[in-house]
Amino acid sequence: MRTEVDVDGAYMEKRKKSDVKAKRMSRIKKILTYAAFVGPALLFFLTIQIVPFIMGVSYSFTSWNGVSSAVEWVGLDNYIKIFTDDSKFFNSFVFTTKFMLAAVFISNIIGFGLALLLNIALKTKNILRTVFFIPNVIGGLLLGFIWQFIFIKGFASVGNLTGLSFFNQPWLGDEVTAFWGIVIVFAWQISGYMMVIYIAALQSVDKNLLDAAKIDGASSVRMLGSIIIPLILPAFTICFFLTISMAFKIFDLNISLTGGGPFNSTESVAINIYQEAFQNNRYGLGSAKSILFFIVVAIFTTVQVMTTKKKEVEA
Amino acid sequence: MDEKYTTKTLLIELFAICLGILFLIPFYFVIVNSLKGFSEILLDAAAWPRELMFSNYAEVWEILNFPRAFLNSLIITVFSIIGIVLISSMAAWKMVRTPGKISSILFILFVSAMVIPFQAVMIPLVKLGGILGVMNSIPGIIMMYFGFGVSLSLFLYHGFVKTIPLEIEESAKVDGCTQFGVFWRIVFPLLKPITVTVVILNTLWIWNDYLLPLLVLQDASLRTIPLATSSFFAQYTKQWDMGLAGLVLGITPIIIFFLFLQKHIIKGIAAGSIK
Repeated sequence: MRTEVDVDGAYMEKRKKSDVKAKRMSRIKKILTYAAFVGPALLFFLTIQIVPFIMGVSYSFTSWNGVSSAVEWVGLDNYIKIFTDDSKFFNSFVFTTKFMLAAVFISNIIGFGLALLLNIALKTKNILRTVFFIPNVIGGLLLGFIWQFIFIKGFASVGNLTGLSFFNQPWLGDEVTAFWGIVIVFAWQISGYMMVIYIAALQSVDKNLLDAAKIDGASSVRMLGSIIIPLILPAFTICFFLTISMAFKIFDLNISLTGGGPFNSTESVAINIYQEAFQNNRYGLGSAKSILFFIVVAIFTTVQVMTTKKKEVEA
Repeated sequence: MDEKYTTKTLLIELFAICLGILFLIPFYFVIVNSLKGFSEILLDAAAWPRELMFSNYAEVWEILNFPRAFLNSLIITVFSIIGIVLISSMAAWKMVRTPGKISSILFILFVSAMVIPFQAVMIPLVKLGGILGVMNSIPGIIMMYFGFGVSLSLFLYHGFVKTIPLEIEESAKVDGCTQFGVFWRIVFPLLKPITVTVVILNTLWIWNDYLLPLLVLQDASLRTIPLATSSFFAQYTKQWDMGLAGLVLGITPIIIFFLFLQKHIIKGIAAGSIK
């Protein structure tokens, strides 16, 4: 009897061991499969985005010029310099903020207006949707060149034909009109995109609700204000988020349309950083600027999403 | 909102058509003037050309080395997108199907990086690219697009995978399919609608991107369409006859792409933004 128990015990022990081993094997296998699926994405993501970002933070405390291997630690000097002795950078921030405000409002008003128009059962609505969206597929760089021609030659010839003084201004040569020039082109590019998002939202609004309101005698304006807009607030969150971040990071369109001129009056932060780093070869200073830029972009976008989300809940 | 087609609708329709024409006028100016001689453009930019000068295009085709630039843009866009689709769909699926701390931390990391502006990464990236030996090379820039594209694409896939019922995958697992088998044979085909969105969003971005190629690709033979156009414009400032022909060439491929796939593109854009 005793031997039998022993044999049994040994058998159980062995089984337990192989169980543990099998469990461990399957755990290792699980980890390996996880790594095989997630690893490639993580590897590229870390090498291309996260590592350079961390490097950038540390460069921002140095006087690195991009060439010499000796990188000198300068502490907060770059940041102090930016805040006390760099009016060009400050001006570019002011320009970018003003531009963002104007661009966000105008392109969302146009985009939402177009969406309301095309939400009506028009016969040409599909063609028009395509037409309004076309500028969006062309990159900012080429658009800027296209509009350079429109502002310089196209507007002048329209001005000759119509005699309207609006067209006869030196559009890109004057600080005020150059600012609005960029806003116009940005709105021309982006409103079709916003329109597509707003149309999708408008189509999700329950028709019965609108019919009921109509029977109750609500006017179109009233329905828009009290039913439609509150229902599609999430679309406004998305569109504001997209336009804010696109407008604030403007580079391509800016560089090809005005190149930052006249007299640096339309130089965006992105252009300023680019020039500081790659034309003045002040990589350390450029890095410090880019970190500040990151902080501002991050604050802007989080605050914006949070406030609009809060409104959604209240509504 | 009205279902009936009334006079009011007709008036709105006419107004909308006028707006549409207004939107297209810049294209009219660019195309018409690209077919004129230089002095004719200066004389009157709004007029129809007296004689169509296709020679502008022939000349610009050579100067821009258009076939080369087109091919570079095409190779970079296609391979970047294949890579982005593969790595982000695989990672997103596995992360959704393996709930836990690691997956949620990784997800937050991937997604929050979307707030980092390119400018905050580009300076060290050039340095790092030099160390890794991927500067001035097409495979190098493709790998960089993998890294930049993965955040948004993974986010979109992640949201979509959650809507796929687990049962389908489980029955396949019972049938003895490996993890890779389950993913490629069952899950990936189901992801098609969101893959279309991912491909479209990334195509519009990568095809039109200017700053990353400007920093990475120095050789003239590696230039993409935006790079070739901008260096051409810098050389031929205010020579509108040439410049406009170059612009028309530059925007044609992406406009054709859009017109062919417009239904998918507009749907994909809407889906991609609402998620």
